Amino acid sequence: MTIFKDKQYFRVNLEKEADEALWLRCKSCGELVFKKRVRENNNICPNCGEYFFLTARERIESLIDEESFEDVSKPIVADDPLGFQDEKPYPQRLEEAQEKTGLPSAIILASASISKIPVVIGVMEFQFIGGSMGSVMGEQICHGMEEAIERRCPFVLVSSSGGARMQEGAFALLQMVKTTAVRARLAKERLPFISVMTYPTTGGVQASIASLGDIIIAEKGAMIGFAGRRVIKETIAEELPKNFQTEAFALEHGMIDRVARREELRSELAAVLGFFQEGTR
Amino acid sequence: MSDERTLDLLEAKIQELRELNKADGLELSAEISKLERKLAQLRTELYANLGDWERVRIARNPKRPYSLDYIGEVFSGFYELHGDRLGGDDRALITGLAELDGRRVVIIAQQKGRDPAENKERYFGMVRPQGYHKAVRIMRLAERFGFPIISLIDTPGAYPGLESEEKNIGGAIASSILSMLEIEVPTIAVIIGEGGSGGAVAIGAADRLLMLENAIFSVISPEGAAAILWKSKERVKEAAVALKLTAPDLLNLGVIDEVIPEPLGGAHKDVSQVMAAFKESLVRNLADLGEKSVQELLTQRYERYRKIGRYNTLSD
Repeated sequence: MTIFKDKQYFRVNLEKEADEALWLRCKSCGELVFKKRVRENNNICPNCGEYFFLTARERIESLIDEESFEDVSKPIVADDPLGFQDEKPYPQRLEEAQEKTGLPSAIILASASISKIPVVIGVMEFQFIGGSMGSVMGEQICHGMEEAIERRCPFVLVSSSGGARMQEGAFALLQMVKTTAVRARLAKERLPFISVMTYPTTGGVQASIASLGDIIIAEKGAMIGFAGRRVIKETIAEELPKNFQTEAFALEHGMIDRVARREELRSELAAVLGFFQEGTR
Repeated sequence: MSDERTLDLLEAKIQELRELNKADGLELSAEISKLERKLAQLRTELYANLGDWERVRIARNPKRPYSLDYIGEVFSGFYELHGDRLGGDDRALITGLAELDGRRVVIIAQQKGRDPAENKERYFGMVRPQGYHKAVRIMRLAERFGFPIISLIDTPGAYPGLESEEKNIGGAIASSILSMLEIEVPTIAVIIGEGGSGGAVAIGAADRLLMLENAIFSVISPEGAAAILWKSKERVKEAAVALKLTAPDLLNLGVIDEVIPEPLGGAHKDVSQVMAAFKESLVRNLADLGEKSVQELLTQRYERYRKIGRYNTLSD
């Protein structure tokens, strides 16, 4: 696709961009809150405790040690192997997503440290075509695990994805197999894989790599499941409970190890990673 | 271009003429042969130019041979094994021991129902977590005794429902994929009808991935894609084309290894013909895989899936 030939792959950094808005309105309590305070508070409303949506950049910043971020992604961007066009051509969707998020793809992959423990960490960006997993995300996740093997450190994956990217057809579907194949290597190397499920972790991502963590931690407020409410209603017209596919539902049904509040996530990760770290005990 | 129904009507008319010819001794033979030639030509035109949506319809045709038909015809001595040993036995995914051309194999297959009662029992071929748990159990069994695994794929998708989600259908699919990748015996997966998304991939991560000519393999159903991407259920035909879900498309894209030919109009038009082609392909692929050491098998399987995907590499 020629449209991509001029596309720039670019390294992600965490430098702050100028932020126009000073105030935010919380959709839960309706209060106007000072944006800077919200940001400093892990994007949690200081008034009522409601979680604001975190971008992948904000998420990774909230989890890793300051100044420890280094983009280790492969310099790749999406192709359009099917020549896919729905209401828009796929390349146009990609370009819009890149502009909207300032990211080359739906995942940030970095080497960093959490409480001084070196990790390779991947964080999905839901605003990039629903955080969907296509060939690029699949490759970056595999590359991340291989980097972890290279560096003899744990791999952390923070999921926020609706599932496989429809516009890449069978290639997207088979990323489930590809990421699972490399995950098996990581296990053979006895390196820990911590999977963090956030809002939402569904479809092909939940049905592959995200569910294969040695430890699976869900953030409070996550949505976790395979088939969405709409699909279930349309296929079998079943009434679904109110807590369906919440983090509490996932915990109750044995799908995850633990639930953590957003403000605890970093310390939980640090504690778990610390336990697995070689030579500390 | 004529549709299938018109051609079936024409065929019935020709049959009537034949009977007239026989009964009344009318001299219609020349006309009848002419019509027959015309019919054959029209059929070839129709099926040679099958649209993607027509292929989806053929893949879902209830007259199409299902897993148990292949198992009964191509394999011998099928001995079904039930249960996931965790409290369930999913009838949409059947497993068992069998012989293929004198060689012992283990079969894992998705099975649709032939009538409403059977479909109720088999959930229209939609597999629940207990089905994938059973599959994993049987993969381990096969590995223990060195039996190759033949998996037959024919599912609209994993069963979407409260029961499935409560038993972590996503996690069950993930575990099944992982087992398929780790299992130290040759594995062949054949998509015989519908290869619906994660529900199909769960037992599809094999050393060889084959497809019948009119089978489909897709990340989402055309109906689902039309609803989500086109916001209109009427756009299924466009969605079917865009998804590149047919066997010839997927062979072109390098996703599958081989297309097993079907008779004109679909497998149900001449079942013995498709069974023969299916058997030939399976026996050949199995012999080929049988020559590899376990190490070769696992390395090649790993490399196959490690490199799957298409993207553009740019300079930093």
